[in-house]
Amino acid sequence: MPRKKLKPKLQLEYLSVLDDKGKLDKDLEPKIDGKTLKRMHRVMLLCRRFDEHLLKWQRQGRVGTFAPVKGQEASQIGSVAALKDEDWVVPSFRETAVALWRGTPLTGLILYNAGYNEGGQIPENQNDLPISIPVASQMCQAVGIAYAMKIRREKKVTMVYFGDGATSEGDFHESLNMAQVFNTPTVFLCQNNHWAISVPREQQTASSTLAQKALAYGMPGIQVDGNDLLAVYAATQEAVERARKGEGPTLIECVTYRLSVHTTADDPSKYRSDDEVETWMERDPIIRMQQYLKDKKLLTEKQIKKIDEEVVEEVNKAWDEAAEQMEDLGDPLDMFDHVYADMPPYLKEQRDALKQSMEVRRG
Amino acid sequence: MAELTMVEAINMALKQEMEADESVLVLGEDVGVDGGIFRVTDGLLKQFGEDRVMDTPVAESGIVGMATGMAIYGMKPVCEMQFSGFSYFAFHQLEGQTSRMRWRSRGRYTVPLVCRMPYGGGVRALEHHSESRETYFAHTPGLKMVIPSGPRNARALLVSAIRDPDPVIFFEPKLNYRSFREEVPEEAETLPIGESQVVREGRDLTLITYGALTQRSLQAAEQLADEDGVEAEVIDLLSISPLDDRKLSESVQKTGRVVIVHEAHRSFGPGAEIIARINEKSFYYLEAPVERVAGYDVITPFFAREQDYIPDVSRIIEGARRALSA
Repeated sequence: MPRKKLKPKLQLEYLSVLDDKGKLDKDLEPKIDGKTLKRMHRVMLLCRRFDEHLLKWQRQGRVGTFAPVKGQEASQIGSVAALKDEDWVVPSFRETAVALWRGTPLTGLILYNAGYNEGGQIPENQNDLPISIPVASQMCQAVGIAYAMKIRREKKVTMVYFGDGATSEGDFHESLNMAQVFNTPTVFLCQNNHWAISVPREQQTASSTLAQKALAYGMPGIQVDGNDLLAVYAATQEAVERARKGEGPTLIECVTYRLSVHTTADDPSKYRSDDEVETWMERDPIIRMQQYLKDKKLLTEKQIKKIDEEVVEEVNKAWDEAAEQMEDLGDPLDMFDHVYADMPPYLKEQRDALKQSMEVRRG
Repeated sequence: MAELTMVEAINMALKQEMEADESVLVLGEDVGVDGGIFRVTDGLLKQFGEDRVMDTPVAESGIVGMATGMAIYGMKPVCEMQFSGFSYFAFHQLEGQTSRMRWRSRGRYTVPLVCRMPYGGGVRALEHHSESRETYFAHTPGLKMVIPSGPRNARALLVSAIRDPDPVIFFEPKLNYRSFREEVPEEAETLPIGESQVVREGRDLTLITYGALTQRSLQAAEQLADEDGVEAEVIDLLSISPLDDRKLSESVQKTGRVVIVHEAHRSFGPGAEIIARINEKSFYYLEAPVERVAGYDVITPFFAREQDYIPDVSRIIEGARRALSA
């Protein structure tokens, strides 16, 4: 009866292409055309400015609680840009940059944050699920969608977003396990932003990386610099291609940082130091991307400034449009829509009762 | 027409719907090679292959969550929870995702899935294997909740559930899985979800029940006729959500006396809601307080004491006599 060393396949890579200052490792540079690179930069910047405006509007009471992206733009854009339109995206609740890349209008996002369900509606022909709030639970849907793609032989891919906190949930385990067992075309995109509200990454799991969790499922895992757009893109593209070829799922851990609050209901000064935030400010993914684009002679400082002005204008215009739309929304009776395909009699009765109560209230 | 047990009738519904519609598939623990621990999915793997008959890991949340994703993508998954007592692992999926997707997406995405689960006592099983907690699901907006009582209506209800555009929780009274046979027509039958059936007509009293206790309520009604000369009407709910208010009102307004019979715990059980509906719609027709003959508010006991927990014919008759004498 021997007692011997087992040798499971346990290989893990870390990938970084741009350094903290945005300087390129040419050997690792993924091929992305100039037009796409410029669009990536533009959406990152749009998302950053939108975040800032949302925060301002939230403090003014014009929108409700929301989860800022600030600091995670490269993780989101670097990954989503590797997908085709016919691929599916399953977001969590902090994927504003992803949504903007895929085509969700700013007005929809404003309406959602202003408390109107209609804002969560995904435009036709955009293959994204709506925002999902219970941590990790959306991961199971992504595996199901990918499974359906697989048995229909469609060569499409489903990408699901989640954070470091999600890796502690049971649904993380069940999803990765089932994705690998059924060999589904799923890309698991973990944004390790170091903080699940007030709980640090080290307290979320004693594993030295999140990527290594993939190995236990027999799945490839890779850790990348999540503030490095090129590294995220390169790793995601490989994973997407593997999935498309029928070679199964991948777990990608993007090491990034939430520079802002968890949501607007939270005060990070209670649990983390300004020094830590400062350190990560210096690795700002947008500044690194801009340096890369300038080095590549794709954009000048002046052009960047102009784009910045344009996106701010776009955000302000979107607010005006959304505010106009809000005037036509807000009929409380709409809450009864879309619970079922056909409204059952008891719901009709309750709807009528509310209608009557509204009339009484109005006098 | 073939004489089938409920297990065979449910199997027939699955087989026929899978033959008729390629998007129908089944998934769950042991549903493939083993044909399900109660043999409900027997033969399906061989006929339809492993893409459409999935033996899954032991992962209830993963099963329901995956099925939800498939349904969003246009499949019609029928997932099996081995026992309803294990479905709570998946409850957050049903509550947080499955039931909400239509509403959350304003109709862009729908979840036409069926979640089958054996429920209820009477088969001398272990802890967690005998409970009757339909309230959890009936209380959740966005879900429908149905419970058949015999082979023929089980087959028809399952066909309706599979074709329904919304998620349906399908409880199977395992006590009746093989306890009797019924003629089940080859041609696919449906039963409208949300409609109950009067399974025995009567003028003196209404027994409202469903699932495994439909048989016992019918026996109680016969005995009441023999011993007390009382004609009890028996309503088999079939659908817990939506409740068929109209059929309940018609009967209550005729008899004025009501007994509700269910295995589910008494407090906050389906009976509580049924009484509320009766109060809202038929209060002035009542001649006696509505009686509940239900499971007690205790953890469903091990099987040595189970028969004292589940309402039996004697307790139903007791309840009926209280309602009649008030």
